[in-house]
Amino acid sequence: MTTILQLTMYGLQLGSIYALIALGYTMVYGIIGLINFAHGDFLMVGAFIVFFLVQALGGGHIPYILVAAVIIIGMVLTGLLGVATERIAYKPLRKKPRLSALITAIGVSMFLENFPRALPFIGPAPRPFPELFPMRDFNIGGVGTNSVQLLMIAFSIILMIGLHYITTRTKVGSQMRAVQFDKDAAALMGINVNNVISITFFIGAALAAAGGVFYSSIYPMIDVYMGIWLGTKAFVAAVLGGIGDIRGAMIGGFIMGVAEVLATAVNSDLGYGAGFVILILILLFKPAGIMGKFTIEKV
Amino acid sequence: MNYLKDKKAILIIILSYIIILTLNKLDIINSYLLQIIMLAGINIIMTVSLNIVNGFTGQFSIGQAGFMAIGGYASAVITTLLFNTSSWPVYAQTPIFILSLIFGGLVAGFVGLLIGLPTLRLKGDYLAIVTLAFGEVVRATIRLINYVGGPRGLAGIPRYTNLFWVFVFTLLAIYGARNFVNSSFGRACISIRENEVAAETMGINSTKYKVLSFTFAAFMAGVAGGLFGHLLMFLQPDTFSFLKSNDYLVFLYAGGAGSISGSILSAIVLTVVPEFLRFLANWRIVIYALLLVVLMIKKPEGFYGGKEFGFLKLKKRNVTREVSQDPAPIK
Repeated sequence: MTTILQLTMYGLQLGSIYALIALGYTMVYGIIGLINFAHGDFLMVGAFIVFFLVQALGGGHIPYILVAAVIIIGMVLTGLLGVATERIAYKPLRKKPRLSALITAIGVSMFLENFPRALPFIGPAPRPFPELFPMRDFNIGGVGTNSVQLLMIAFSIILMIGLHYITTRTKVGSQMRAVQFDKDAAALMGINVNNVISITFFIGAALAAAGGVFYSSIYPMIDVYMGIWLGTKAFVAAVLGGIGDIRGAMIGGFIMGVAEVLATAVNSDLGYGAGFVILILILLFKPAGIMGKFTIEKV
Repeated sequence: MNYLKDKKAILIIILSYIIILTLNKLDIINSYLLQIIMLAGINIIMTVSLNIVNGFTGQFSIGQAGFMAIGGYASAVITTLLFNTSSWPVYAQTPIFILSLIFGGLVAGFVGLLIGLPTLRLKGDYLAIVTLAFGEVVRATIRLINYVGGPRGLAGIPRYTNLFWVFVFTLLAIYGARNFVNSSFGRACISIRENEVAAETMGINSTKYKVLSFTFAAFMAGVAGGLFGHLLMFLQPDTFSFLKSNDYLVFLYAGGAGSISGSILSAIVLTVVPEFLRFLANWRIVIYALLLVVLMIKKPEGFYGGKEFGFLKLKKRNVTREVSQDPAPIK
């Protein structure tokens, strides 16, 4: 029993990170119908920006106020990268066949992975990520955990609540939902669709950067390819919950994280496949995902 | 006229085979280059197979490497694990090799049928997502099977793939795809791509044709996987990750979906060019990625989209074919 609780704890921690990244996938998909293959790489970029900022500040332990500043700078810079990516690589193709944009997404992803890899000061070798948060072990009813885990879960949930607030209670949020619902009608209502799409990419990439930093704080190794698998699993989480739906991305992330950790406890290779098997099963019975609404096509 | 064009194409293909073979015998093409040429052939089969689903039927499958893995492993199990064919006399090796390739294709096709039946009923991007997951499930499952080496991979596969068989199977794939597209099945598939609702109104059972083309493509990918395994003499599950599937997507859309000629050209160019960029070391993939993005922005329909070589053209009677690569987005 304790083991299961313990594993669930790890699952929640992994799941909260998946959820953060899945949010970006689901927002971008919801708004322009593009599976943004480069999204996983945003989290790698975010982690690297924070890594180098901390290095510039002398490395090791830095005051918490600076940690917060560094993470926010990392999120903003990654967000801007997301906006630039959209402007350069996806916007020219918005009126073109949707799949062309998917291929540029693959191209952008390859570029984001291999450009840092080719730069001499980054290179392919993995690096240890600095300890940003205080590490203290706890034991709650036999379940071992530590302050970093709890903080990461808490921060992820705070970010998700913040996003939920933005999308449901603010003007930008209602514009985003309007564009998602019908781009042309939204434009007729005076909504600047381009801006809304840019904001969506900004928020998505910034959340991915936060996810990347949190992930590297728990598993403190970063390399240029870390975004590939993390991104794929987060994408699966987004679909699991119902792609295009923000609550679904959160639920999907947690399901994915817990399932993966539980299956990994049985066999390490099983863990990798488990998420995908769950995905296929859920799609077979509920094709639009857990929270997604299945719409009937009308002619 | 079409007959003449057909013969010209066959002549060119036979000539290019003889030229490559002579150049190899004269040591102008070394075995490394020859291997790349054979890989290009296998990539043509894969890209053409993906083209049938994505380009002609208008579906969106992104896990083609999964079928390649199934076919590769299935055929390698026959030639390597079940029978120790490398100790067999030479005249018996070729038939068992061909049989194993077909077996690999059949297994992949059967799995394709199983995956396709439930998922192709759904519209939209679900096929994409399920096939992505499927490719990864295949990879994870093969890693769990110790009989085929698990994560270590399957070594000691005899090298039966040679230039001749690559040529034969590539040609079969190209002509098979052309004839498929030209048949009433293919026309039904194209009508589904253009407008699924309209096609159904005309009495086309869209699920049936989607499953059919998906299964056919899976079969071709399985055969290509068998050729691949018997060329590299080693199979490792991680080779067939979704990055490999992405390669084929890139080949397909860079060449132009819905154009078999585009698939052939881009599979050759995109297999060979990166090899010549090797002197750039780490910058190679960076430049490849940039070129890809620029190509897709400048020519979203792919560099040979909407065009075909003469011998691959649809036989048409005063009908012009509009190629649209994407059905209207389904809301």
